[in-house]
Amino acid sequence: MDLNTLWFILVTVLFVGFFFLEGFDYGVGILLPFLGKNDNERRAVINTIGPHWDGNEVWMITAGGAMFASFPQVYATLFSGFYLALVLMLVALIMRGVAFEYRSLRDDPVWRNRWDWAIFIGSLLPALLWGVAVGNLMRGFAIDANMNYWGGLIPLLNPYSILGGLVFVTLFTTHGANFLALKLEGDLAQRAKKFGFQAWIAATVLTVLFVIWTFFETDILTKSGVNGLVPALLAAVALLAAGWYAKKDNDLLAFVMGSLTVVFATIMVFMGLFPRILISSMDAAYSLNIHNAAASPYTLKAMTIVAVIFVPIVLIYQIWTYKVFSKRIKADPKTLIY
Amino acid sequence: MNPLSLARWQFAITTIFHFFFVPLTLGLSIFVAILETKYVRTGDEMYKKMAKFWGKIFLINFAIGVVSGIVQEFQFGLNWSEYSRFMGDIFGAPLAIEALLAFYMESTFIGLWIFGWDKLSKKMHLATIWLVAIGSNISALWILIANSFMQHPEGYAIDPETGRALMSNFGALVFNPNVLLQFPHVLTAGISLAGFVVMAFSAWHLLRKHDVTFFRSSFRMAAIYALIGSVLVATIGHFQGQFLVKHQPLKMAAAEALWKTEQPAPFSIFAIIDEENRTNRVNIEIPSILSFLSYNNFTGKVEGINDLVVQAESKYGPGDYIPPVALNYWSFRTMVGAGALMIVIALLGVLWSKDQKLDDKTWFLKATMFSAILPYLAATTGWILAETGRWPWIVFGLQKVEAAVSPNVPAWNVAFSLVLMAVIYTVFTVVAYKLAVKYGTGDVAIKTEEY
Repeated sequence: MDLNTLWFILVTVLFVGFFFLEGFDYGVGILLPFLGKNDNERRAVINTIGPHWDGNEVWMITAGGAMFASFPQVYATLFSGFYLALVLMLVALIMRGVAFEYRSLRDDPVWRNRWDWAIFIGSLLPALLWGVAVGNLMRGFAIDANMNYWGGLIPLLNPYSILGGLVFVTLFTTHGANFLALKLEGDLAQRAKKFGFQAWIAATVLTVLFVIWTFFETDILTKSGVNGLVPALLAAVALLAAGWYAKKDNDLLAFVMGSLTVVFATIMVFMGLFPRILISSMDAAYSLNIHNAAASPYTLKAMTIVAVIFVPIVLIYQIWTYKVFSKRIKADPKTLIY
Repeated sequence: MNPLSLARWQFAITTIFHFFFVPLTLGLSIFVAILETKYVRTGDEMYKKMAKFWGKIFLINFAIGVVSGIVQEFQFGLNWSEYSRFMGDIFGAPLAIEALLAFYMESTFIGLWIFGWDKLSKKMHLATIWLVAIGSNISALWILIANSFMQHPEGYAIDPETGRALMSNFGALVFNPNVLLQFPHVLTAGISLAGFVVMAFSAWHLLRKHDVTFFRSSFRMAAIYALIGSVLVATIGHFQGQFLVKHQPLKMAAAEALWKTEQPAPFSIFAIIDEENRTNRVNIEIPSILSFLSYNNFTGKVEGINDLVVQAESKYGPGDYIPPVALNYWSFRTMVGAGALMIVIALLGVLWSKDQKLDDKTWFLKATMFSAILPYLAATTGWILAETGRWPWIVFGLQKVEAAVSPNVPAWNVAFSLVLMAVIYTVFTVVAYKLAVKYGTGDVAIKTEEY
């Protein structure tokens, strides 16, 4: 395997980690204002991801950084092309990050409620926008011979990609609810499950539609060579199993299956793209792929050494964090950490 | 305005905002880690309270440092796609390494630190804050490695086919002589800034005779910390100046408003600069001092802007090579002036906090409160000098700013995001400031229980 392929896989791994971890983070944020009926409940909901959200978000930053290092042309084309969408997402993430840290610093219901809605929007918008972005990645967009996209925001808001956005939102909401069912106690956990099941129904319907449309709109599932068909089927099975286990009150397996759905769906996208990374809808020759968009072999080699050493270390201490905070959280002011 | 100037404004605003929060993160993380170390070593509960009390200020500040950093990570793609294409082979690597080595570390262990007081052993908990401190400072190191390439490119080759920069020597990129000065400068700037912030809040309490033991002790430690930081940041800054004279002479000449080559060269302390006619209408100078600062002798020749521009034109072709002189001149003087004052105040703080003398010197305590603005001024003007003094280059000698901007982003998009970011940053800075004041002037007993 050449280094370009290896780095394509590594970037895929980073996006898998990002969507898996931030997926439930966003879901928790989306559910927050509806699930928590009083301040203690809302604090309990936030505390399920309190120690983790910041570390989880780094997966997105690392995915972006790794893309810059390994496929700088993709970084340049994608972020200058999806300009307004990315700006909106950054603003949402700024609001969200500050909200987690600031909401409890004043004992004022108005203040706290305002930050809770910032968390909601700050979670909903990135989930939606990533979905729209992924839809466009699968479908392709008008990249010219100089690797630039000039179309602006409007063409990116096509129905197919918006459906992709809705799939992300509902899938992440389900994922977040499954996570909350594992991390909370009592009535609050029960309510999370109820929301989760409703979100699961919506996610399943939208996903089926999206997959059918993907067959007609893109070559992600059908192109010869590597394609996304097998992971797509695995994702579908996992999604159905997630609903099944949720109905059976098996919280752990429901969460595991929901997670596998996100993981396989992400793999589907990247396998469907390979060896392209950004598909040009103007001319297949203008597409950015793992060769014409890549950094030099020297840089890829240096980065490979760094990644091989540090990715496992990061995994070890992040997993350890989840172990430290593995206990379920009660909406009880005596035990809640503010 | 065209997209280029808008993109430049956006970079200036987002970067200044970001660096408004970063130095306190760098310095205060270490300070809090030292406090908690004292607690674990001595078992004295007061140090635990101190770690929590100053830790709160740290967290309020940290949150904005983190989120404004995300913008920095993606901004090169947004507004500077041609730069990203030209430099991606070199610039992406330190950014990715920063995320992998530093962001994961600080972001994961800060969660453990906040939520782990009762879940981890004392020593484990202490380790988490040290890892946050180390992570934050490693992050500074890698972003400065990236910036140093822009200031003083090393370890690269130009691809003959594409004309783009390629990494040819990773070691040379990492051990760039510029970063060996710039990183310690930023690190010690953070230490002095954190010292001044802690001194300011402590002074506020001492003036009101609150928790005197607690704040006397905080003040003393912070003064020592600030003095170490201030002396080192100035010393390293001196060597950076000498490095600039050699490698970016136009930046240094602009910072001195030195139009004509002089030998020996005087140091200007006040000038009214006429950039259009390339002259200073008023200029108060001390003879020979610039020569001394540049070369450690009183006779060295320092080249002026006019000569340096001719050299630049013969080397790089015709063009505008003069950085904004007045801006650089006054940025430099603000930084150096603030730095000098900081050394004096920190020194007096160390001397007077030794015994109880401090409590009666209300004028000094008041002055200390307001002096917290000084390191912020110094840090901001320092970056303005470092970045605008490189004009017209985004990567010194390799790519000009005008060639680096995204060609496909219309002006109104940049304007929209510029306004949006400026508004949200302003609002959050005000909120952060108010919260910091609320907690920094709060009651120790209550504030440390609120975790």
